[in-house]
Amino acid sequence: MADLQDIQIIDRGVDENIAKLSPERIERTINKVLTQEAAARLQVYLETCVHCGLCAEACQSYVSRNGDPDYAPVAKVKDTIWEMVRRKGKVDAQFLHNAARIAYIDCGACRRCSMYCPFGIDIAYLIMTVRRILNLLGVVPQYLQDTTNSHAATMNQMWVQQDDWIDTLMWQEEDARAELAGTRIPLDKEGAEIMYSVIGPEPKILAQLIANMAIIFKVAGADWTMPSTDGWDNSNMAMYSGDFETMGRVERLHWEKAMQLKVKRVVMGECGHAYRGAVYDGPRWLGWTKPPIPMVHAVEYYYELLKSGRLKIARKIEEPVTVQDPCNIVRGRGLHDKLRYVVNALCEDFRDMEPRFEHNYCCQAGGGLINCGPPWKVSRMKSNKVKAEQIADTGAHIVITPCHNCHSGIEDIIGYYKLGAHVSFISEMLVKTIEMPEA
Amino acid sequence: MIEFVTGPLVWIAFIGFFGGLAWRLVTMARLAYRERVVFPTLSAKYGARSLLHWLIPFAGRKMRLHPVYTLISFAFHFCLVATPLFAAGHVLLVQQSWGLRWWTLPEGIANRMTLVVIAACLFFIIRRLLRPEVRNVSYPSDFLLALVVLAPFASGYAAHQQWFAYVPTLIVHGFAGALCLLLVPWTRLVHLLWFTFTRAYMGSEFGKVRHARDW
Repeated sequence: MADLQDIQIIDRGVDENIAKLSPERIERTINKVLTQEAAARLQVYLETCVHCGLCAEACQSYVSRNGDPDYAPVAKVKDTIWEMVRRKGKVDAQFLHNAARIAYIDCGACRRCSMYCPFGIDIAYLIMTVRRILNLLGVVPQYLQDTTNSHAATMNQMWVQQDDWIDTLMWQEEDARAELAGTRIPLDKEGAEIMYSVIGPEPKILAQLIANMAIIFKVAGADWTMPSTDGWDNSNMAMYSGDFETMGRVERLHWEKAMQLKVKRVVMGECGHAYRGAVYDGPRWLGWTKPPIPMVHAVEYYYELLKSGRLKIARKIEEPVTVQDPCNIVRGRGLHDKLRYVVNALCEDFRDMEPRFEHNYCCQAGGGLINCGPPWKVSRMKSNKVKAEQIADTGAHIVITPCHNCHSGIEDIIGYYKLGAHVSFISEMLVKTIEMPEA
Repeated sequence: MIEFVTGPLVWIAFIGFFGGLAWRLVTMARLAYRERVVFPTLSAKYGARSLLHWLIPFAGRKMRLHPVYTLISFAFHFCLVATPLFAAGHVLLVQQSWGLRWWTLPEGIANRMTLVVIAACLFFIIRRLLRPEVRNVSYPSDFLLALVVLAPFASGYAAHQQWFAYVPTLIVHGFAGALCLLLVPWTRLVHLLWFTFTRAYMGSEFGKVRHARDW
């Protein structure tokens, strides 16, 4: 039985919009997606699943909620898309209320369950299909929809205005120069080797991260640039709300900006879902097999700089640290070994989590979960007790999280379960540990 | 009746089974073509890599976490396919009809393999009833399908042991086998066909696109 408190949560974006729906519209929308947007994969996955339940223990929410069967991935599919198909779209308001909770809150589309399904059924794809249907019905958690609206109106996630963007970059350049003389944030430098991409929350609430990166680029002697106008943000909450049209617009603009600047590659900051959107979901929606310009995630870039000696570590962090494997760069890009190379280069006392690599548990914040906002925070915490236990078992004081969603999600977990640790991006540790050139 | 069971019914079952699977494969391939991502994503190398890791017992973490289930599942599927293919009685019937002959299982081993299938089917049914996460997603059809798979093996074993009148039991066995084969393309038993493709697709996504492992 799903958590009664969770079932009763009222989210205006979900419940007020469900109240406006007619049965005909619900039926028409569901059947449109099932027959016109989803095709072979949906059908094969529905037919192949033998209801064996082997995926259950793959999900952190199932494990954290003491094996409540309603939190098994297969149950989440059963209570959403199986029923939509079985009832041929004739579902009621209560069903949609539950489906929205399951699809937007209880599944982070991290795909760990696909590694535990003997058939490799892409359960996250099935849940994303549910989100697509709900989005077309206008049934999206209010906070998540707000970020999607922001993407649609401003092409960034957090309503950052053009003047704010430039002003923030100039402010961060000044801050960086105070740390390391001569540091620049070059804007619109055509033909630079690297375009650096950040996500909306950086200029909005974590601006210091941009200064950190400017210092790292300066020390490494990189030829880099950032766009001064829209296209700088490739975070993509529309990808997670199910608004794939807006997702496509965001990604197209981002890649067009990189093409206009004639850069050789794009370095993506420490964000997993933005990386996924830019490398994978976005290009697919746009009909491309791959991005037009190579993109490397920050972890890969740091690895390259450390391995080649362009960055040298002057003093390692002595506190015990552990690291979260973000789904979109580990299960999504196989960067776990490079991540550990970087962490070991920076830290004296690295303690790995168990299970780790592709098998590490999800943060229960990515996939749009944390963006669903305060109404759902306690639910998220209950669904990731296992992550708290993993962290506590390492005894680490610092949890390195090279992904914004993991960062915020694990920060919440640390607070809720009183673990007495703190989270850190790699860039924050790099600026503390690398050899700086003489001023 | 026994002439029908060993004659036309075999044809009906085989044509229905192979024809049904071929039909499903062709129509699904056309549907998959409409979904622009499927074929460009598929990779022989990474698809095979994934299949290999899931066809070798204990090659993946999942299988190592549940050694008993893994053993039962592998033994079940192996015996399910190998026993009817190499049962002496089946090969003899083929030889009488078409003159083809291949290696057969010794009687004692075939008997034990049949019992493995029966026991595994019962294990799956009991597990479905006992494990909350499995019971929660079980429908009557799940139990029926297990019985559909169980029936030809149970009736074949009963016929071989001559527990009941031999010919009527053989007739039941023939119908049970035919029903099972005919249902494969149109029920969840079709995972026999789709397994290769779902696994290969996920292996390709993980390997080719995402540079990661899926086992």
